[in-house]
Amino acid sequence: MAEITLDKLAHSYLPAPKTDADFALKEIDHVWSDGGAYALLGPSGCGKTTLLNIISGLLVPSKGNVLFDGKDVTELQPEDRNIAQVFQFPVIYDTMTVRENLAFPLVNRGVATDEITKRVNDMIGILDLGAKADRKARDLTADEKQKISLGRGLVRYDVNAILFDEPLTVIDPHMKWQLRTKLKELHRQLGHTMIYVTHDQTEALTFADKVVVMFEGEVVQIGTPEELFDEPAHTFVGYFIGSPGMNILPCDVSGGVARVGSQDIPLNKGYSGLTGKIELGIRPEFVSLGAGKNGMPIQVKSVEDIGRFKIVHAQLEGYPVSAMLPEGSSVPADATAYFDTSRINLYRDSHLVRGEAAS
Amino acid sequence: MNKPYDNRAWFLVFPVVVLVAFSAIIPIMTVVNYSVQDTFGANKFFWAGTEWFVEVLRSDRFHHALGRNLAFSFIILAIEIPLGIAIALSMPKKGPWVSVCLVLMALPLLIPWNVVGTIWLVFARNDIGLMGHTLTQLGMGYNYATSIFGAWFTVILMDVWHWTSLVVLLCYAGLSAIPEDYYQAARIDGASKWAVFRYIQLPKLRGVLIIAFLLRFMDSFMIYTEPAVLTGGGPGTATTFMSIDLVKKAIGQFDLGPAAAMSLIYQLIVLLVCYVFFTVMSNIDSDKPQAGGQQ
Repeated sequence: MAEITLDKLAHSYLPAPKTDADFALKEIDHVWSDGGAYALLGPSGCGKTTLLNIISGLLVPSKGNVLFDGKDVTELQPEDRNIAQVFQFPVIYDTMTVRENLAFPLVNRGVATDEITKRVNDMIGILDLGAKADRKARDLTADEKQKISLGRGLVRYDVNAILFDEPLTVIDPHMKWQLRTKLKELHRQLGHTMIYVTHDQTEALTFADKVVVMFEGEVVQIGTPEELFDEPAHTFVGYFIGSPGMNILPCDVSGGVARVGSQDIPLNKGYSGLTGKIELGIRPEFVSLGAGKNGMPIQVKSVEDIGRFKIVHAQLEGYPVSAMLPEGSSVPADATAYFDTSRINLYRDSHLVRGEAAS
Repeated sequence: MNKPYDNRAWFLVFPVVVLVAFSAIIPIMTVVNYSVQDTFGANKFFWAGTEWFVEVLRSDRFHHALGRNLAFSFIILAIEIPLGIAIALSMPKKGPWVSVCLVLMALPLLIPWNVVGTIWLVFARNDIGLMGHTLTQLGMGYNYATSIFGAWFTVILMDVWHWTSLVVLLCYAGLSAIPEDYYQAARIDGASKWAVFRYIQLPKLRGVLIIAFLLRFMDSFMIYTEPAVLTGGGPGTATTFMSIDLVKKAIGQFDLGPAAAMSLIYQLIVLLVCYVFFTVMSNIDSDKPQAGGQQ
């Protein structure tokens, strides 16, 4: 269990990176606290696996250092870092039983036999694998194998961190939820620092205390699920988190008013001297519909009914806008839209701009 | 659904029946036919029953040839399988050298059997052959035509040269199929190189090794062309394997009955060994439900 410091870390797969674009992972400088559950979230190719491999030691970063509890481990091999990792596809040793699989890392480290027996029995209890402890591991289901992969890390007790690389990818949907619950429970019970890579926002938001959102090699936001929802620091976060994602509309801001096409939208906060590409962001949850002369006229394109609510896809001044309506509400023919002005965020060149409280 | 019953459908399988009949059933039944009859020539046959089988099974000549075959297969398997695994393990996993290595490995496999025999016939000659001449110059009394040891040494070396590549290519394919995650997990688990081989690579190679073993066993057990070209079964009968003996009997002596009986016995041995081996290997360390256990 350790605090993980990422000290001005950056990585490029090219031997002599020049521009920013050459970096698979752009400079990141953060401290992740001991015992925290972090999720690295982002689309494929955003650099999250690169970052994970740097932390696990499979990659040595081009720049910067990784520190575990203040100790520089940048150049250390994975086996010397005392970490555990669970991979996308369950890794188990086919010829061994469940028990032997769990004992393997301890045997390799020369732990005394009594101690191994004790710890392996504990772990079998914790993972609920008692009934299958003496079966060959290869005959187990994918989720049980994934538990064994995790167990091989946990039996070592003193691991600095447990890294998960999209561990639920090959698990049946109905088992995903169970395994995720088990992970959370183990995290509470054992208090390891956990880092979880995924491109699935549900997994990230339910698993982690802090979600690290990555986009094109850059960490665009680190925050709690609430923060990511309420105040996305980057238009990408707004768009990526939430279903459907945040509505992003290009606008001009002058005084306390944002202008989208010919519509004026009053803002709750003051913004001054905004230049560059300005965009307004509002989540579909905070868009409501009206009818007739009130509100901003929209053209409804389609309505998705997904049970607990309806999602309305429409055009406002030629820009796509989605709105979420409660179950049973109807969509008027001459629909108009209202924005909850307290929930509007403004973005300059895709980054969040915080306004001053209105005077 | 009402499916009409129409006997004309049998015509659809007719081509296959004809093909199998001509490629397998008729030739084998011809051999079976010969094996139970005797002839004094002039195409006159007499019923002989199991006489030829009894004679073949009791003859020393057959026992010795069978012994030589078993010894030969055992030796080349004991060399080619470990050597093939070792070479496959040391081949590069990526980069420009992969294709170079693969082509080099595939080369011996592309050479026709009789050409392999001829290559070694020349290569191992004492007067002009590179290997034969070098060994002689080094003071070793090497001669594949006169010494039993020399003949066996050359035949085995020739087979290892010719066929180890097959094991290498199969193992290389098997090794390439192991996801990188396994190696990473093993590093994190602190596994030694030996443990990685023993618990990851070897189990994952099991499938291809069974195939490699079966192919090499069958091929080596039926070996004919290379020793026939190189030593002609000699010196004496030192390298007269069953196939060579069979050809001598069938075409040299025209003993069709005993030759037919022998080839049937020969085939049954190959089938039996392969069956036993395959069954054992497929069931070895599989998870048998324990008594009173689940399922």
